[in-house]
Amino acid sequence: MTIPYIAVVDYNLGNVKSMCNAISKVGAEYILTREREVILAADGLILPGVGAFQHGMQQLEALGLVDIISAFTATSKPFLGVCLGMQMLFDESNEHGNCKGLGLIPGHVEKLSVVENKTKLPHVGWNTILSKDNETDRWQDSILKNTEQETDVYFVHSYAANPRDQEDILSITSYNETVFCSSVKKGNIYGCQFHPEKSAESGLKILSEFIALTKNKKGN
Amino acid sequence: MHKRRVIARIDIKNNYAIKGIQLEGLRKVGEPNNLAKAYYEDGIDEIVFMDAVAAYYDRNSLAEIIIKATQDIFVPITVGGGIRTVDDIKKALDSGADKVAINTQAIRTPEFITEASRIFGSQCIVGSVEAKKGSHGWEAYIENGREPTGLDVMAWAKRLEALGAGEIMITAVDRDGTKKGFDIDLASQVEQAIGIPLIVSGGAGKAEDILDLLTETNVEALAVASILHYKVESVSDIKAMLISANCKVRK
Repeated sequence: MTIPYIAVVDYNLGNVKSMCNAISKVGAEYILTREREVILAADGLILPGVGAFQHGMQQLEALGLVDIISAFTATSKPFLGVCLGMQMLFDESNEHGNCKGLGLIPGHVEKLSVVENKTKLPHVGWNTILSKDNETDRWQDSILKNTEQETDVYFVHSYAANPRDQEDILSITSYNETVFCSSVKKGNIYGCQFHPEKSAESGLKILSEFIALTKNKKGN
Repeated sequence: MHKRRVIARIDIKNNYAIKGIQLEGLRKVGEPNNLAKAYYEDGIDEIVFMDAVAAYYDRNSLAEIIIKATQDIFVPITVGGGIRTVDDIKKALDSGADKVAINTQAIRTPEFITEASRIFGSQCIVGSVEAKKGSHGWEAYIENGREPTGLDVMAWAKRLEALGAGEIMITAVDRDGTKKGFDIDLASQVEQAIGIPLIVSGGAGKAEDILDLLTETNVEALAVASILHYKVESVSDIKAMLISANCKVRK
């Protein structure tokens, strides 16, 4: 059996080394690339990213990656956007004025609401993911298949996605009184607001499920 | 439920993990990668590597430590000590670090924090503050607590937030390595002064010191060194004690 290979989108944004190391750790090969043919030939694609939405989109556009990512997601092979990489899947963000996203999942990105003198932003640290309305079936056959309800994973962000269609929400997380969407699934397209590559064994388990999805060549 | 973080701080000099008292009189306590890996496997939430001498000639060995650490360790890693340029930050991130802690250069050229957070995102910039109590309140220091700056710690922490830092790490220099417990007064004042997360460092000698900090303040994160390096208590023992006392920490 061949070892799955995962393309990690290389667009000069933040630390991608941890993601690459985590992919190796769970038994797949990675290639850090921005080449169309290499990306389209991969078994799975990961879009990492930290920082500002607008800057991230500008980089993707400047490197001609927007079309390549769309083409990959149309193949039904699994795709995962992490942190900013998840946020950019949506239609738009209001971070520093309105900015258009990849438009692969309907919805928008906005700043986490805060409780005065209580909520620190960015939201940094470990927090719990759970399924919405206890619909635990939604995690079956997804990257959260082997993840228990109320698992702690690592977050660092000030903005979060609001999917238009509730059925796209895979997990939710609460920070003080604010509840936000912490992961999404729309067909073969996944997004995590948290960093699986920084979430110790729990995160590696999620990446491992992502790799497992590549083996049946389908994201869903 | 948002969890409060227990962070291992590993100070490094010439490839060794070291520990001093009040940031001076450094003693070797082990090999940095071995310590980091052991703390990771035992459930630490984050790791901070601080270059204690910040010597230019030794920068490559710090990068090697980070590269090695990130192969096996899948929690956030912060690097501090001697970060003076955009290129220094890029090198740290390329080695696999997630964040950098900046003290001296922020004092010398505050705009460096703004520039760094614009390029790398504020989530990656930790404003590091060394604090000593004087007759007029808390004063910020540089050079491992040797050189006073004349800046009031609370005002400086707020300024770091305004400049673009994503977190503040405060070290109570007079408590460092003394195992007398965290400076609760300092931690509480800084926490209330800022709207970004605070990491408190310096003084923890036993698990109860951590519990005191978490029950008496709203501080989100704390860094420990001596407790772990001298094997007073393990990460899992500390976590178990905090959970039994109803503190919200990750198991």
